[in-house]
Amino acid sequence: MIEIKNLNKWFDDFHVLTDINETVERGQTMVICGPSGSGKSTLLRCINGLEPYQKGEVIVDGVSLNNPKTNLYKLRENIGMVFQRFELYPHMTALQNVSLAPIKVRKLSKKEAEEKAMVLLERVGIPEKAKSYPANLSGGQQQRVAIARSLAMEPKYMMFDEPTSALDPEMIKEVLDVMIALAKEGMTMLCVTHEMGFAREVADEIIFMDFGKIIERGTYQEFFTKPKSDRLKEFLSQILE
Amino acid sequence: MFDATLRNLPFLLGGLLVTFKLAAFAVSGGIFLGILVGLARISQKKWIYYPITFYVNFLRNIPLILVIFWVYFVMPLFIGRSIDPFPSAVISFIIFEATYFGEIFRAGYQTISKDMVNASYSTGMTYAQTARYITVPVAFQRMLPSLITQSIVTFQDTSLAFVIGLPEFVRRASIVDNMEIRSIELFGFVAIVFLIICYIGSRISRHYEEKYRKVNVQ
Repeated sequence: MIEIKNLNKWFDDFHVLTDINETVERGQTMVICGPSGSGKSTLLRCINGLEPYQKGEVIVDGVSLNNPKTNLYKLRENIGMVFQRFELYPHMTALQNVSLAPIKVRKLSKKEAEEKAMVLLERVGIPEKAKSYPANLSGGQQQRVAIARSLAMEPKYMMFDEPTSALDPEMIKEVLDVMIALAKEGMTMLCVTHEMGFAREVADEIIFMDFGKIIERGTYQEFFTKPKSDRLKEFLSQILE
Repeated sequence: MFDATLRNLPFLLGGLLVTFKLAAFAVSGGIFLGILVGLARISQKKWIYYPITFYVNFLRNIPLILVIFWVYFVMPLFIGRSIDPFPSAVISFIIFEATYFGEIFRAGYQTISKDMVNASYSTGMTYAQTARYITVPVAFQRMLPSLITQSIVTFQDTSLAFVIGLPEFVRRASIVDNMEIRSIELFGFVAIVFLIICYIGSRISRHYEEKYRKVNVQ
């Protein structure tokens, strides 16, 4: 379980997150949406300790991130993350990208790690690209390798930071299909995305952020049938154009 | 037609060896110091960043020959004894080339996206593992062509040590020319030798550039 209590973060003078309270139960899929600059990505980065926060608390499975004794590296093994720009390692093949962390962090043998990596590449639908370098893959294929790379550490949680917004339209579906399958298998997921079709299919809760605050939260039905705030109505009309 | 060259070949090749030795010291020392300069240039600490940035900008905006003169003629005034041409030239080249190598390291490091590092961290990799398996290899791959090119430039620059009497390749050719009066032949020979070595070097640089070009478009 991820508990976020009264979280506040500043970049110098800029108050990027204000009084965030949220709980994500195991097996839930949460979708975070909102205009750019609203603090969505920063919120994700506070949950796995890539960004420090100044006030409040983030607790993952009972472990507080602000406790100096917390080993952030160890904690991150349980929280996979997928980035907007894929961020694959350009000097490694797809298979090496996926098997690196299991070999170096979990200390699996190369053979064992590569066998598991192959299984994951099959799961995301591109086993034939195992020996390809990222530069020779399409955006959609790169993002699926990135998902496999995260899954290779067998995380309890998966975070997605706008995973489809750098993709051409025809590639969005192949990535969303993988994410939907993952959610249906019971993975706990936090997804920053504006893909409302995805939200409709799998989101247990959607939160809408603006200016570093959670403005509104609810199920997909609640969001679309009776949005409460004007900001959300305006936002929804923009992204549904 | 190359008889004057052939008669003095051992003497000339001995000079080429001095040139190679100087270049080897200059490149390895320049790269070593350059790594430190590059790190200082991306440092958040102002007391590291500003002095090193001043050093880099200063040396990059004066002719190398001045640095050679300072080290050879001016430094002895401060340390109280003269320095031989060879160590003097080595010092000059290292402090000069380190500014160029340093900028290559800085630029190489800055091509690494912050989120690629975050991606590595988010799989549980530590800072040291991320440096060893991701950032350093990727940055090195991207810098390699520039490092080779700068090494070739350094190799060519070594002939400036001529001015403090170091008997390197060009100086020895000049000594032979004083005796034989065969300027076209002797300096032609020196030019051809430099041309062959530097051309091979630039082809190697080009090879790596092509090899990694595709990998690095993103």
